[in-house]
Amino acid sequence: MTALAVVQLVVLLGAIVALAKPLGIYMARVYEGRPSGLDRVLGPVERFLYRIAGINPGDEMGWKRYAVAMLLFNGLGLITIYALQRLQGMLPINPAHLPAVAPDLAFNTATSFATNTNWQSYSGEQTLSYLSQMLGLTVQNFVSAASGMAVLVALIRGIVRRTASTIGNFWVDLVRTTLYILIPLSLVLALALVSQGVVQTLAPYKKVALVQPVVIDQPKLDAAGAPVKDAQGNPVTEKVTVTEQTLAVGPAASQIAIKQLGTNGGGFFNTNSAHPFENSTPLSNFLEVLAIPLISAALCLTFGEMVRDRRQGWAILAAMSTIFVVAAMVAISNEQAGNPLLTKLGVDQHVSATQSGGNMEGKEVRFGPAASALWAATTTGTSNGSVNSMHDSFTPLGGLVPMAMMQLGEVVFGGVGCGLYGMLAFVIVAVFIAGLMVGRTPEYLGKKIGAFEMKMASLVILITPAVVLLGTAVAVATAAGQAGASNPGAHGFSQILYAFTSAGNNNGSAFAGINANTQFYNFMLGLAMFFGRFWAKVPILAIAGSLAAKKLTPVGAGTLATHTPLFVGLLIGTVLLVAALTFFPALALGPIVEHLQMLAAAH
Amino acid sequence: MSTQLRPALVLFAALSVVTGIAYPLVVTGIAQTIFPERANGSLKVVDGKERGSRLIGQPFSAPGYFWSRPSATSPAPYDASGSTGSNLGPTNPALVTAVHDRVATLRQADPTLTELIPVDLVTTSGSGLDPDISVAAALVQVNRVAAARGVPAERLRQLVQALSQGRTLGFLGEPRVNVLLLNLALDRLRP
Repeated sequence: MTALAVVQLVVLLGAIVALAKPLGIYMARVYEGRPSGLDRVLGPVERFLYRIAGINPGDEMGWKRYAVAMLLFNGLGLITIYALQRLQGMLPINPAHLPAVAPDLAFNTATSFATNTNWQSYSGEQTLSYLSQMLGLTVQNFVSAASGMAVLVALIRGIVRRTASTIGNFWVDLVRTTLYILIPLSLVLALALVSQGVVQTLAPYKKVALVQPVVIDQPKLDAAGAPVKDAQGNPVTEKVTVTEQTLAVGPAASQIAIKQLGTNGGGFFNTNSAHPFENSTPLSNFLEVLAIPLISAALCLTFGEMVRDRRQGWAILAAMSTIFVVAAMVAISNEQAGNPLLTKLGVDQHVSATQSGGNMEGKEVRFGPAASALWAATTTGTSNGSVNSMHDSFTPLGGLVPMAMMQLGEVVFGGVGCGLYGMLAFVIVAVFIAGLMVGRTPEYLGKKIGAFEMKMASLVILITPAVVLLGTAVAVATAAGQAGASNPGAHGFSQILYAFTSAGNNNGSAFAGINANTQFYNFMLGLAMFFGRFWAKVPILAIAGSLAAKKLTPVGAGTLATHTPLFVGLLIGTVLLVAALTFFPALALGPIVEHLQMLAAAH
Repeated sequence: MSTQLRPALVLFAALSVVTGIAYPLVVTGIAQTIFPERANGSLKVVDGKERGSRLIGQPFSAPGYFWSRPSATSPAPYDASGSTGSNLGPTNPALVTAVHDRVATLRQADPTLTELIPVDLVTTSGSGLDPDISVAAALVQVNRVAAARGVPAERLRQLVQALSQGRTLGFLGEPRVNVLLLNLALDRLRP
């Protein structure tokens, strides 16, 4: 790992921590209904929304009502995106005249966006109209993120309140998150990105003449548009001179800002933030990668603020940051080391003053291996899933890092809201393990952790691995599943494992060579996203309801302090242990075997 | 549940309008006012003619031009209406073969080329539209371009250095040259 790569990592972490504190305190004010500053401008909009929707903001909900409201709202989103895609051919704002999306792909994309996953089975510029992108995807980028944050805030209220039967009002949490947090941040980021060259226009795709026309071999098509085959059944090609280039543009910056901030990750273009119109310069790259963990990290401090003990928030943030730094360093050093198979071919992969060197397959020159690997660790630890390089072409161990970061359960900063509530489930397990060791009833922040909380926390932690491993098992055991792998050998298995890991954990990134736009994968991965998201959210709300009803237990001599380095270590250990026990065998079959094969072939 | 239906429907519609229509339109309006050139794709105009986008690479194969990186878009390289990477795994034999062939093509086009080939010049980018090559990748092509154009190699080296970009703020990004801008400058070079 080069010194400059270390500087990039340190500056990124420093910026995250520096911005997390003010943002975290601001969000606590928003959720507690205290004056936040922006309410003076947006207060009338907020009250207008409550009035037309018939909402009494003071109307508190129990956890079941809160869950029903959340599911109802997300269900509406699902149906709407599905309908928009199926009907886009007949709807306006479609300058590229893209036709209706096929049912299985539309189902997959709808689930993908309603669950905050943003798995891209579609290719943005070739499948979705501007209207579908704006009214379908951008809307869900906001509200699926807001609904994750709402669930977290409900859980925090459950921890704070004593002998209470309610945990807040879902509609109020949803509206406040969107108006006071997501929209203002997105607006600022979107304009900063346009200043770097990210496109934002409603004009149609643009044609320009190539400086040097090129001759290519193109598959020959018959009158019906089907490929012509020769006597041996091979496709016939013909020489064609290409003289112009079609530049796909569109209202990209506005969607990219929220896809980064809301840990959504679904790109405007097929190659996401590797596309120069989606991520134009090293500076736009830094802003985009900083935006990924920003809100999730800040929510740790919102948590500390709302439980009136900031040290609790810092302790969780410290645990997350520690795992992040180690993962980023492993990924960066492997990608900077390059691919030993290419060294033999007379290729220079050394870092020098005139080149980045390293493993450059699937990476952009302006980012190089360091910024690409740093992004990979960030986007997978946070359930964001946007990419600025193709993870499929990473070195085996460089590619293991993003996979493992998702398998930790998306808690290294994690998705907005769901990262922290996932981590709090691990906290419950950690205090339980500590309690077992000393023979005391476990408690956290004055609330006794009982059998019910443990059961629900275990559900949250175990549902996703079950979805991931079962899905992978079905795929590798069936012809339809095996057909998806585009690379041979161990790497093909990694592609399938990555796909289910990503879908089950609502990440959305991919080993993108996988041929996932098939009925089998659109359906299976759609289910994985659905269960991974909602089966985890409901037990969290159940914990919130149960904790809210409890009395406060006074701190005693046997109370485990949960803000100390010792507890941070215990929490990290719990997270790593659960993931290692669950996923090590699968990882051994994929990236670890491939790494050994690569070393053997290089000698 | 029925009491939740009205808030769900109304809020969904209202938030769709706010985030799906108002928000992107406001961003578009401001962007088109403050940064019109960048919001529309950073087009490079020479003598009143649009020659491409500064941010999107173009394919070059003539010996007298600096070549861009290989591109995985299909069927044409640098198809900016369908970005894609190769997604070849690191141990995939297809990757090794492709890199081997690209190295051979470069050496064939310039028999004087004996140095190691910079890795970015023989690998495909993430987007298939990478506008840049590393400074090293431009410098190894200088002899070929100089021979084809009949200009001194030293002049081309100076041109590459003049157009190369360093790291932003000293640590962000990597040293690089924009291939389209380099080749356009090449065409305007007086012999």
